[in-house]
Amino acid sequence: MIKDLLHSAPSLLNFGVYFGLAVLLLLAVLGFVTYGILSERKIMGFMQLRIGPNQIGGKWGLLQTVADVLKLLIKEDTIPKKADRPLYILAPVIAFAPAFMVLATLPFTDAFQFADIGVGLLYYVAISGISTIGIVTAGWASNNKYSLIGGMRAAAQMISYEIPLVMSLVGIVLLTGSLNLNDIVAAQEKVWFIFLQPIAFIVFMIASVAELNRIPFDLPEAESELVAGYHVEYSGFRWAFFMLSEYVYMFAMATLTTVLFLGGWNSIPFLDFIPGAIWFGLKFSAVFYILVWIRVTFPRIRADQLMEFGWKVLLPVALANIFLTAIIKEIVSLF
Amino acid sequence: MLRTEEMLLNVGPQHPSTHGVFRLVIKIDGEIIKKATPVIGYLHRGTEKLAENLQYTQIIPYTDRLDYLAAMTNNYVLCHAVETMMGLEIPDRAEYLRVIVMELGRVASHLVWWGTYLLDIGATSPFLYAFREREMIVNLLTELSGARLTFNYMRVGGVKWDAPEGWIAKVAEFIPYMREQLAGYHELVTGNEIFVNRVKGVGIYTREEALQYSLSGANLRCTGVKWDLRKNEPYSIYDRFTFDVPTRDEGDAFSRYHCRMEEIEESLKILEQAVEQFPEGPVLAKVPKIIKVPKGEAFVRIESPRGEIGCYIASEGKKEPYRLKFRRPSFYNLQILPKLLEGENMANLITILGAIDIVLGEVDG
Repeated sequence: MIKDLLHSAPSLLNFGVYFGLAVLLLLAVLGFVTYGILSERKIMGFMQLRIGPNQIGGKWGLLQTVADVLKLLIKEDTIPKKADRPLYILAPVIAFAPAFMVLATLPFTDAFQFADIGVGLLYYVAISGISTIGIVTAGWASNNKYSLIGGMRAAAQMISYEIPLVMSLVGIVLLTGSLNLNDIVAAQEKVWFIFLQPIAFIVFMIASVAELNRIPFDLPEAESELVAGYHVEYSGFRWAFFMLSEYVYMFAMATLTTVLFLGGWNSIPFLDFIPGAIWFGLKFSAVFYILVWIRVTFPRIRADQLMEFGWKVLLPVALANIFLTAIIKEIVSLF
Repeated sequence: MLRTEEMLLNVGPQHPSTHGVFRLVIKIDGEIIKKATPVIGYLHRGTEKLAENLQYTQIIPYTDRLDYLAAMTNNYVLCHAVETMMGLEIPDRAEYLRVIVMELGRVASHLVWWGTYLLDIGATSPFLYAFREREMIVNLLTELSGARLTFNYMRVGGVKWDAPEGWIAKVAEFIPYMREQLAGYHELVTGNEIFVNRVKGVGIYTREEALQYSLSGANLRCTGVKWDLRKNEPYSIYDRFTFDVPTRDEGDAFSRYHCRMEEIEESLKILEQAVEQFPEGPVLAKVPKIIKVPKGEAFVRIESPRGEIGCYIASEGKKEPYRLKFRRPSFYNLQILPKLLEGENMANLITILGAIDIVLGEVDG
């Protein structure tokens, strides 16, 4: 439907429909962020012998995140005197805008995708890299030593983990022969790529957690070392923007994992009467749960070990995976 | 011109990982620490000076606030010093109660250390698991003394209150439960690749250095020195129990971790035996209402969870001590920190500081 709209003649009605759908996606994303945070806290509570939010919005704390956001809105917006003012204000925007930009190409179901572009995968990887600049800028502009160290760590970490992340995806591209996310989902109609590309999946999962700056790779904000890392000076809604972009990325990353490795909206055999959207939701939730599970279980890795692991372990493994995939693909095509 | 600059960074006194108001001024080059200068005293309350104007029983609550994670041991060291000077005979039941509460305190203290250490390293869950078990100990001690942390439980000549009915049985129940949980701790953390990478080979010092810096407790035993005052200079009734002194040879943070974890097991062994042998009888020796210590001086030392805690009393035969001094193990153990931090990574700062296991109340006195 959206595709037809894109190719149809420009008119006010089309624009209205398109705009409406975009608002729908925005609401879905913000809804996810709201309830994703809540469910993360609930799952963490469940794993850590706690209850989690239980006061605001009934006994499940359904309005807790809403209240938190409202609180952040009315908090004082402080800018340190010696901060680099323009950059300080710009940094959250730079970190935050790409998080929403990547959502455009992500296919949620066969009907619900905004921009079905040929190089969707590449687009995601390229755009998400911009956020790093926002984080480094924030670290620099705050004029705080802790945030400077945090920003430097972020730059080092995100660049070194972007590479294995992309490399792990080359195997999939080889199998599909396309960078288009729709084609990738279509190629998984019979077998999901998690079974064809298990090594790539593991590399991708590790690299994506590192990209998301979550435990065990939350070094840029390592609260026990750097207090809060790059956003130590930020308060109120500027701070919320960093958090928001982090969770939108989590949304995007879980979506991408589902699309690339778990067959997107494809159903498992004999259960195809259940609509694709529900399948997508289930797989997405499973990925999300694993991300939270990882957060609860692991300690934080050290900065130098992180770099070592990224360059000496993940990257070679990802490269070997490409090599292996290519060979196997050639051998299979011989028969 | 391109050049790098050393940066002066204030870690603390308000910092999540300094475990209180401890300040560390570090000079860093990138993330490498060139020089570290600890600044202490933010929690100094002058316990020793205050004690000079207090009667001996009145000093006991002040000792609670030194090492507030193992207040029972502090209570004991003061009482023990006074009793030694007075030559008092302590009833058996009182001694058993003292040993039980001290060992419970040791387990609780090590649990807090374990939880917060992992919190420093970035794992959030172990902290909550450790506090679940610690809470049970705290509840047990509350039942006995009425307070959660600052117990004020011991008196010169015994303890203030006898154990309520069924209390000993509750302690006995706790022991197997704690053993089971410990196995879970090891499963969750001890074998974790990331954790082992973070602590193994970090903050190494040799046996000689440990002795030169006057380290004690697990900080000393991790270098292979089998030194535990409960074993080497048995005080109270520790000679009646069979237990082991866990040691390691590596001298790194991981070996300190192992020492402490095994100490919990040994404490449970002592508790098990103490509960079994628990006798009937009075819990307070016959002591005068107003305690006057004969003229002279004495120094006693015992094994606290953090190391050797000592108490020196100089008395002029009055109600108050002429001079009271505590040898506070955290303070002595902290001395090696600047040496350990030199040339280390920023992230290792937390690992090394945490492994020393300081309590600021004790460092600052």
